[in-house]
Amino acid sequence: MNIVVLVKQVPDSGSERKLDPADNTVARAAADNVINEMDEYAIEEALTIKEAQGGEVTVLTVGPDSATDAIRKALSMGADKAVHVVDDAIHGSCAVQTSAVIAAALGQMEYDLVMCGAEATDAQLSVMPALLAERLGLPQLSGARKVTIEGGTAKVERQTDGGFWALEAPLPAIISTWDTINEPRYPSFKGIMAAKKKPVETRSLADLGLDAGSVGLASATSKVLDFAGRPPKGEGVKVTDEGDGAQKFVDYLAGQKIV
Amino acid sequence: MAETDLDDLRAGVRELASSFPAEYWRRCDAAREYPEEFVRALTDAGWLSVLIPEQYGGGGLGLAEASVIMEEINSTGASTSACHAQMYTMGALLRHGSDAQKRSYLPEIAAGKLRLQAFAITEPDAGSDTTRITTFARRTPEGYVVNGRKMWISRVQHSDLMLLLARTTPRDQVARRTEGLSLFLVDLRAAGSAVRAEPINTMVNHETNAVFIDDLVLPADALVGVEGQGFRHVLSGMNAERILLASESIGDARWFLDTASAYARDRVVFGKPIGDNQGVSFPLARAWADMQAASLVRDRAAELFDRGETRGTDANVAKLLASEAAWAAANAAMTTLGGYGMAAEYDVERKFRESRLYLVAPVSNNLILDHIAGHVLGLGRG
Ligand SMILES: Cc1cc2nc3c(=O)[nH]c(=O)nc-3n(C[C@H](O)[C@H](O)[C@H](O)COP(=O)(O)OP(=O)(O)OC[C@H]3O[C@@H](n4cnc5c(N)ncnc54)[C@H](O)[C@@H]3O)c2cc1C
Ligand SMILES: Cc1cc2nc3c(=O)[nH]c(=O)nc-3n(C[C@H](O)[C@H](O)[C@H](O)COP(=O)(O)OP(=O)(O)OC[C@H]3O[C@@H](n4cnc5c(N)ncnc54)[C@H](O)[C@@H]3O)c2cc1C
Repeated sequence: MNIVVLVKQVPDSGSERKLDPADNTVARAAADNVINEMDEYAIEEALTIKEAQGGEVTVLTVGPDSATDAIRKALSMGADKAVHVVDDAIHGSCAVQTSAVIAAALGQMEYDLVMCGAEATDAQLSVMPALLAERLGLPQLSGARKVTIEGGTAKVERQTDGGFWALEAPLPAIISTWDTINEPRYPSFKGIMAAKKKPVETRSLADLGLDAGSVGLASATSKVLDFAGRPPKGEGVKVTDEGDGAQKFVDYLAGQKIV
Repeated sequence: MAETDLDDLRAGVRELASSFPAEYWRRCDAAREYPEEFVRALTDAGWLSVLIPEQYGGGGLGLAEASVIMEEINSTGASTSACHAQMYTMGALLRHGSDAQKRSYLPEIAAGKLRLQAFAITEPDAGSDTTRITTFARRTPEGYVVNGRKMWISRVQHSDLMLLLARTTPRDQVARRTEGLSLFLVDLRAAGSAVRAEPINTMVNHETNAVFIDDLVLPADALVGVEGQGFRHVLSGMNAERILLASESIGDARWFLDTASAYARDRVVFGKPIGDNQGVSFPLARAWADMQAASLVRDRAAELFDRGETRGTDANVAKLLASEAAWAAANAAMTTLGGYGMAAEYDVERKFRESRLYLVAPVSNNLILDHIAGHVLGLGRG
């Protein structure tokens, strides 16, 4: 079972994140960049499958030079090797363009399964599995909370608000996972040491046979025209209890559609 | 190891240690409970076996790297005292054990299947003056029979194996008082009621015991190294212990300074952050400088140790300076937090208690000064 896990480096969602006013793209250089949290669950699931069934786990990342940190983290968790697509022309690409780059890279790899996180914490689009499924003509099993691989078939419990859907598809397929699926491991000491010796192949757009003009900000399908900082927190609502505090509280929650 | 590799070790172990939040440590502390989950996680990820050579399944690192690991763990507010000895106690076996002993124990220790993290030296009537221990191992045709009493022996109840220092020749029958002591590896699982541990309640969450040894029968191959040379065998291990504990103190100091500085920036009294007052900031700055100095001496001691040129003085001075830097930082943090320093919720009082221990154990700082006075300055000794 050869599994490719798509890994994205994102600004840490726990710290303040900014857009770069020069071109309205995510300010990555100054940010505290980490592996997209949701991807760690996909890596863990891929490693679990590999440990049970053999094969290899390859990490695929499209991102700037600094994304090697995210790759190293994935390798120290136990992935076997990595492919890093890095090219200055990719800066500012939209999801559609990025999916073309990832699809081209996958086209040069051998795999039975592609796995990724159900969303990236920076843009939160959740569209990558669908875009890739369309481009590669593969079945898409998105939003998994449980994955079972048996023979040539992938079975998935797709998490929904009220329960789950049982999905099934032949391999190769694309599966995206939520954080309910497992508990990602921490890199072990030996994992960290071994990661330094694992192969990381770098690919440019030319290596993938892609035209630089087809990606990047200039030809993106979506653009950020303007942005503003998050407004400061409002005063909030004060409920004065005149014997009816509980009712007022419930009314407020109901008004906000929280209950 | 290159600086970037050390950074990777720091980042890796920090991530694991940080997954145990302050509430976890508070809960263990209040219940005086062994932090089993934390120790398990460190063990499973291989952090406690880094000093064991790769041929026995360990990490094959030196003390320079191991110190960085210990420092980093404690800098998150955690405490390695529940398991630090698993890292270094095996050193006596590694350096002085027979091939058979090494082959049968080291791989199991490296795999985390066996815990060797108890070392019984101190006795009720022999604390700092180790040569006065009276626990005696009598030679028999099959091996030894041991009788005696040990004091302050840590982690016995969370160990499978225990190193034991005992007399094999009475003190008045040896040429030098450091002779006639021997080192034994005791299998606690097989010892039964011959080794009885009675817990001592202390101000820290630290499993430590009075140990009663009654007619403990040991096979001849329980002896580690040469009979009568146990004291010398213990010394190199003590240097490793001092350097690692110095690193824990440096980690503690970092935690105190991070915590107190953050508080001093945030807390506004008299219309400005309390950190603007030099009465608050200077003790923190001073402790930071002390910590830097301790850290350099620690690095130097570890480097010498890894080159096989250990000198007891370096390791002990590192321990002295680091424990004092941590204590200075602990006091400065306590003052900075005002009344809140006393509140368990802020964790400073817990770390304050923990860092105080290292002024006394595993060797009292007074004894280090005594060592410097005697060995370095050529003065008389107390
Ligand atoms: C929590 C804890 C865990 C421990 N774990 C272990 C363990 O696992 N294994 C083990 O073997 N031991 C252990 N110890 C024991 C520790 O090593 C001893 O407490 C330490 O060596 C000091 O011995 P003592 O307590 O008997 O003090 P003493 O030797 O009685 O000394 C008391 C005081 O007198 C001072 N003093 C003594 N002689 C001199 C001198 N010549 N000059 C100046 N001052 C002097 C000392 O510095 C100290 O301040 C532990 C202790 C504690 C508190
Ligand atoms: C066990 C306990 C019992 C208590 N009981 C009572 C009680 O019964 N009734 C009651 O009213 N209160 C009580 N207190 C509160 C106590 O009086 C306060 O903790 C104390 O006044 C300090 O205030 P604080 O903790 O807010 O510290 P802060 O005022 O926040 O001070 C924090 C630190 O900043 C320093 N600092 C602040 N301003 C300056 C400055 N201008 N220059 C230099 N340094 C400065 C302080 O010295 C201190 O080191 C109690 C506290 C404790 C711990």
